Amino acid sequence: MCTAASKVCWKADAVPDPILQIEGVSKRFGGVIAADAITLAIPRGEVHAVIGPNGAGKTTLVGLIAGEIAPFAGTVRFDGNDITRLPVYRRNRLGLARSFQITSLFSELTALDNVALAVQAHRGHSFRFWRDARSEDELRKPALAALARAGLGERADVLVAKLSHGEHRQLEIAMALATNPRLLLLDEPMAGTGPDESVRMVELLRQLKGSMTILLIEHDMEAVFALADRLTVLVYGRIIASGEPAAVRADAEVRKAYLGEKDGGGGRHG
Amino acid sequence: MTASLDPTLDAPPQSALLTPRTALIGCFLAVLALLPAYPLLTGDAFTLTLFTRIVILAIGAVSLNLIMGYGGMVSFGHAAYLGIGGYAIGILAKEGIESGFVQWPVAIGASALYALVVGALSLRTRGVYFIMITLAFAQMIYYVAIGLDRYGGDDGLTIYKRSQFGGVINLNNNTLFYYLCVALLVGSIYLVGRIVNSRFGLVIRGSRSNDRRMRAIGFPTFRYRLVCFIIAGALCGLAGALLANHTNFISPAMMHWTRSGDLIVMVVLGGLGSLFGPLIGSVTFLLLEEGLSRITEYPNLILGPILLLVAVYVHGGIQGLLEGRRRA
Repeated sequence: MCTAASKVCWKADAVPDPILQIEGVSKRFGGVIAADAITLAIPRGEVHAVIGPNGAGKTTLVGLIAGEIAPFAGTVRFDGNDITRLPVYRRNRLGLARSFQITSLFSELTALDNVALAVQAHRGHSFRFWRDARSEDELRKPALAALARAGLGERADVLVAKLSHGEHRQLEIAMALATNPRLLLLDEPMAGTGPDESVRMVELLRQLKGSMTILLIEHDMEAVFALADRLTVLVYGRIIASGEPAAVRADAEVRKAYLGEKDGGGGRHG
Repeated sequence: MTASLDPTLDAPPQSALLTPRTALIGCFLAVLALLPAYPLLTGDAFTLTLFTRIVILAIGAVSLNLIMGYGGMVSFGHAAYLGIGGYAIGILAKEGIESGFVQWPVAIGASALYALVVGALSLRTRGVYFIMITLAFAQMIYYVAIGLDRYGGDDGLTIYKRSQFGGVINLNNNTLFYYLCVALLVGSIYLVGRIVNSRFGLVIRGSRSNDRRMRAIGFPTFRYRLVCFIIAGALCGLAGALLANHTNFISPAMMHWTRSGDLIVMVVLGGLGSLFGPLIGSVTFLLLEEGLSRITEYPNLILGPILLLVAVYVHGGIQGLLEGRRRA
């Protein structure tokens, strides 16, 4: 279902066998329309970036897909199954992992413990009361592997509270990776990182490309154009354009609404 | 015990076996083990009675620490379990069922059942709402006990016979009963130590730290928190059964809300989320209370400021103090 207002709109059936298919999803917070009949289909293996000014509803979109926010209209399909009404943890078990825009970790635990918890979530139930979980190779080995993949292999035993901001961002990714997701939702992975850290993060994401589908929400345009196969531009909860980066970049309405802004999406729409 | 058992920050390196902390824990355990020699030498029976009470309430504090220290669930109605455990013993005794093999499982089971009901409702909320709901339920049970005319109502009920365990153990022997309480205390600390480091325990601790993230990585946290709540309830129900046997008396006062407050104070004083904290906290709090009430009519006037100082200046209670932790 495409609204007439959306200038460029991806018909859900235009993508054969998409991993994620969103149809006519809407969400309103009080009088604010955070998602206005969003229709989007993402093929397997794609890195799909969602950009838009502050307050455009990007994080709401992540919440709708991850299951933290229930839409009042529309459906979300993951790998062909309707997941619109599934709770967060069930979606995660289907292979849908997310990272958070604001670092959301277990600060009293070590980096390895954090990732091991993510592994544990996918190793059956956790009603095991006796054995020391920190001695279980079944949890530790995949966790160490995910940490190494995110470039944190050396920092496994450091308490999260003592890691740097850039390392927190890497740990966010490691936790999402630990569950071997098929779709990775990244909510501004570069948020608050310095230039060096951003370069490292882009490199890390580039390595992930191809092994899973990634929905990337990001303000850093350099990163977006370096990584994304396709782009969707969201303004006021509505998709105004969606397509190849070059085409979107050329789109007049997008230029007007977003890319022309020198402050990277500061306050104009916020 | 290693530092990894301690979920708080700035844990010291695990190498040193003899730290102020382990030394203090060793002292506490040694005192508890040797205590019955004191009345034997001096003929002062009161000390053993006092310490039996301390050890029993320490089990309650260990139970509260499991949900509050490790799980972040601040239950302000924990004394209700003492009452339910105690009333299970008292009511069954009054009705002529004196076997401990029946009484104790009933005490534990009833507490677990109560925890299931309270937890199922309260764990959907957080923070102040959780505290208020647990308190409201405990008050309800308190007034139910007052209404039980057959079992003494407001005046309480005397238990004429301690739980009978056939030839296994004779609870009428106060020294033996004391050692049983100490054994159960050590056992419950060990149990909590196993639980908090198991898969289950890490889920509980993760949920305390960041429940939203726990759900995002695939944990239905509610059911784990509920089970944890029930385990803690059952353990405190056992403490209630011990308390009733200890005093040979039950009354609604067992579960007065101030008792719930005392349990919280013991846990916080000893060190939230540390294994031996509840033991240290209970001994310190109850001895202070006892000592101060001998020299003044208003022990709380002195106790209050002490607790305030610990809460404001010391991170991690007495255990934290020993590790040189100060609040930043």
